Amino acid sequence: MLLKRVIPCLDVDAGRVVKGTRFVGLVDEGDPAELAERYAQAGADEIVFLDISAAPDGRGPLLDVVERTARRVFVPLTVGGGVRSVTDMRAVLRAGADRVALNSAAVADPSLIGRAARRFGSQCVVVSIDGRRSPDGDADGGGAVPEGPHWEVVVRGGREGTGRDVVAWAVEAAERGAGEILLTSIDRDGTRAGYDIELLRAVSSAVSVPVVASGGAGRPADFVAAIVDGGADAVLAASIFHRDIHGIAEVKRAMAEAGVPVRPVDPLALEGDA
Amino acid sequence: MNGGSSPAADRPARGRESDGGERGASSGGSERPVAVVVDYGAGNLPSIVRALEVAGADVVLAASPERVGHPDVVVVPGVGAQAPAMRRLHRTGLAGAIERAVDDGGWYLGICLGLQVLFERSEEDGSRGLGWLRGDTRRLRSATTLPHIGWNGVDPVTRHPLLDGLPAGVPMYFVHSYAPDPEDRSIVVAETEHGGRFASVIAAGRLLGVQFHPEKSGRDGIRLLRNALAIAAGRTPGAELLAAETTGPIGSPRDPDGRLSPCC
Repeated sequence: MLLKRVIPCLDVDAGRVVKGTRFVGLVDEGDPAELAERYAQAGADEIVFLDISAAPDGRGPLLDVVERTARRVFVPLTVGGGVRSVTDMRAVLRAGADRVALNSAAVADPSLIGRAARRFGSQCVVVSIDGRRSPDGDADGGGAVPEGPHWEVVVRGGREGTGRDVVAWAVEAAERGAGEILLTSIDRDGTRAGYDIELLRAVSSAVSVPVVASGGAGRPADFVAAIVDGGADAVLAASIFHRDIHGIAEVKRAMAEAGVPVRPVDPLALEGDA
Repeated sequence: MNGGSSPAADRPARGRESDGGERGASSGGSERPVAVVVDYGAGNLPSIVRALEVAGADVVLAASPERVGHPDVVVVPGVGAQAPAMRRLHRTGLAGAIERAVDDGGWYLGICLGLQVLFERSEEDGSRGLGWLRGDTRRLRSATTLPHIGWNGVDPVTRHPLLDGLPAGVPMYFVHSYAPDPEDRSIVVAETEHGGRFASVIAAGRLLGVQFHPEKSGRDGIRLLRNALAIAAGRTPGAELLAAETTGPIGSPRDPDGRLSPCC
């Protein structure tokens, strides 16, 4: 039986780890390769690097980081952010990434997903979707909207709407060859108020590819809820791991206690990590 | 530098241009087994090279037959479809060099596609593998989701030193849609469940193969690579016996040119 994955996400800017609340107010949190290794030792099932470099020349440091990480981290590595073409993808994969996450470039040109999947295989192609809850019946002056909640695909860290519906886009991405959907709730991102379970459920019930929950993890129970109630196959978090509010082992323990199959954390690894 | 060193004593360093992998670690003073990683353009090599180094090997990357030489173990990695992989292995002459290395007493460790190519035919594209082991590579038909990606348990069906120190059901990282279906079930060391059960670890004489990616399976994956190196370097009690147990590629039918004949 496939195990549910716990994935720390490192936001990388010009080769350094940062993590903001709602993508503003970034704080430098160190060297990505070192942090990634620490997380792998602590029981991370996979590592995600999200490159948020604004500068056009920010790619060089990222490739260097990926290469250094691949040499010391022996769990799968997914790299996203700023990947705009098959050529970009190739560079990141050659540097040692196992999978690449496409976001706004796929929204701008959905055919990129199919081209990437044909070139590298679906297992290499993650489509990352940032969703924002659209005003519904709870909005001021509005009555109940019969279709229930819905979410709009946003890009540029939530600063720009696209008019696309998240569920429809996830279905299209999977049909075009995405091997996985990394689903971030922009409303919850950085809030530690819990994942948007409704959003997760809406997407995970509409696609057959794995869905990774992202945005809002605050307590171990949130991870359990994302899987048990949201139908997620993996759970991703950043700040609660970076700030050591909850460790990966603690999260996995909570998951196991709730009956979620997880890869056990090697206690020796934790000692070595201390 | 010792000027008069023989080629055998002149241990290959990773990245060296001239010589390939050569056994005989003891003559060079180093005790590290030599692993040649076959570079035929399929897959993420930095990870497997580094994982083998961490596991204790001197690693040589071989993109040409001359670089393969006669190492303790030839590691054939790979992700993707078999047909283009086999074309590259044959076109480059690497297939022949791998066979010579194994014929000469070296061990083979296939990872993912590197395991599948040991068998006769792949259902994926109808292409022929090396055909050193009987059976075809088949799609995981009854699985609800393919590709099979993620961490899954490896359940031993027999004892083998490749799994020494690893608990039954140890999770390893998989990325694939096909798996070999060996005719001779006695070569299956472990199985994994995804829809149905498939062979995830194979050992046939000096031919070892794993369907998962030890280089992506954390500490347990490194442990498995360390076991493979110990077996290949003859440091595992009974390794010679293991090697003699089955005929492996050595007993395969050949044509007069010394190439493997078309599989039967």
